[in-house]
Amino acid sequence: MATSVFALEPLWLALLLQALAALLLFLIGAVVVGYLEHKVLAHMQDRLGPMEAIWHGIGQLPADGLKFLQKEDIIPTAADRWVFALAPAVAVVPGVVVIAVLPFGPGLWLTDLDAGIFFALAASGVTVLGTLMAGWSSANKFSLMGGLRGAAQLISYELPLVLAAAAIVIQAGTLSLPGIVEAQHGFTLFGVPMIYGIPHIIGLGLFFVAALAELSRPPFDMPIADSELIAGHMTEYTGMRYAFFMLSEYAGMVILSALATVLFLGGWYPWPGVGLPEGAAGMVLGFVITFAKILVLSAIMVWLRATFPRMREDQLQRLSWSVLIPLGLLNIVLVATAKVWF
Amino acid sequence: MAAPSLPGSGLLKGLGLTFKTMLSPATTAQYPHVKPELPPRTRGVIALMEENCTVCMLCAKECPDWCIYIDSSKETVPVEGGRTRTRNVLDRFAIDFALCMYCGICVEVCPFDALFWSPEFEYAEYDIRELTHEKERLREWMDTVPPPPPLEEGAVPPAEIEAGIAAARKEAEEAAAKAKAAAEGGGEPEAEAPQIDEELFARLVAEGTPERAARAKAKAAFVKAQKRREREQGGDQ
Repeated sequence: MATSVFALEPLWLALLLQALAALLLFLIGAVVVGYLEHKVLAHMQDRLGPMEAIWHGIGQLPADGLKFLQKEDIIPTAADRWVFALAPAVAVVPGVVVIAVLPFGPGLWLTDLDAGIFFALAASGVTVLGTLMAGWSSANKFSLMGGLRGAAQLISYELPLVLAAAAIVIQAGTLSLPGIVEAQHGFTLFGVPMIYGIPHIIGLGLFFVAALAELSRPPFDMPIADSELIAGHMTEYTGMRYAFFMLSEYAGMVILSALATVLFLGGWYPWPGVGLPEGAAGMVLGFVITFAKILVLSAIMVWLRATFPRMREDQLQRLSWSVLIPLGLLNIVLVATAKVWF
Repeated sequence: MAAPSLPGSGLLKGLGLTFKTMLSPATTAQYPHVKPELPPRTRGVIALMEENCTVCMLCAKECPDWCIYIDSSKETVPVEGGRTRTRNVLDRFAIDFALCMYCGICVEVCPFDALFWSPEFEYAEYDIRELTHEKERLREWMDTVPPPPPLEEGAVPPAEIEAGIAAARKEAEEAAAKAKAAAEGGGEPEAEAPQIDEELFARLVAEGTPERAARAKAKAAFVKAQKRREREQGGDQ
């Protein structure tokens, strides 16, 4: 298996480059997916979306970022100052951390943990701590309800997410993300090279629905339901701190789409069994393929947002506990049986 | 009752709808880059045909929020071999568009066709005082007033216009007769034939319509066709 391109000799240089790469990927991914959402959502609503910034609004998100920087940073008098100020950072940091283990191409990962999938799911779960901190510290009833809903949602949907991923781990026989990609590369279904997403169609559905809920994306955006809770845990936030929450949402879309790409869609290979050229060309091609898959999954998330109305809180909980989790357990039984059988 | 459908088919139908909408062109008009296509009687701004104004003050009196300011003075005009006459001179004519509520009563009430609606609407200002526009600016807007809509097909033209056309025609005929007499029958006189839809005219006369009414209808049809041609040409640009 290829080693990471960041396996350089002076450790400090490797660390510096890794930190830089993680930040860049985080920002660029969030901005690209944010622009995708602006445009796809607009066209699905018979609008054009941003059109003025540079060309077809391509500079809209950086411009918004600059605007957020100039805004006043307001902390409510009754707020718990330290927790309030820290919450956006707690929401953002897990995203950057998870990027460390995501493979974006052959050798294009910062580090290959043996328990990569475990690490990624655990770290991305920390995001909700930011939601909870923001909700609690804002001294605002809407924020508090939003935070509580966010926590309840995470507890409910972390389970189907992990169950769906566990089935893939059983199939691939490894927890390492590049390892899963390589195992998938050699996977055949009745002699035909196949991505995991086709036999694991239940798992893919589970993972995608749970990912939507995990990110509080519509139709599962009850923690920030604007018609009920104003903006949930973000109600009292302004300026850059608010932008951090938005950034973490878009980056979350990239991260969970990237995880789904690795687990179900064959990672950086165009199709299992179809190889990539060696060296730099293969890396570039692998990166492009991975990013294309991520963008398609993100576009589907936007598509669902444009189409479906928000669910009610009790419907959300019922869906998870009485449909998705039993289905996830059944999926594991089926996959384990099939794995032993064949 | 509708036939029972598969559970979840509604969700897919919704997805299909949003996808179809995404592929169809958006209805957004890119306003500052693309000017809107306004209907012909748009009430954008009130334009003043200064030459037609007689300072009768009817508009200022009828204005519900008194936003028309008129100053005038008398000017004596000497008449040779008679009494000198006085004439009203328009010194100031201003409309405060901060007060104007665009009711159009002044345009309706003007007996001398001095006030018109113009579709021009881009005259926003940063200072409310700048919205009081003097007669020079109002006269400039006159150039943006669209021509009056054509008469309905078969409508009898207004009496004064008809009288004018008849007088002009008579004059032209006399001139033609004179030219004919001068040329001693040298070919057909080039009488200025009114532009009419000859086909329609011939058909109407054949149907037994009186010639005058038939001519009016044929003329209206011609004017209409002319407008359509102009519009099509304009649309190509």
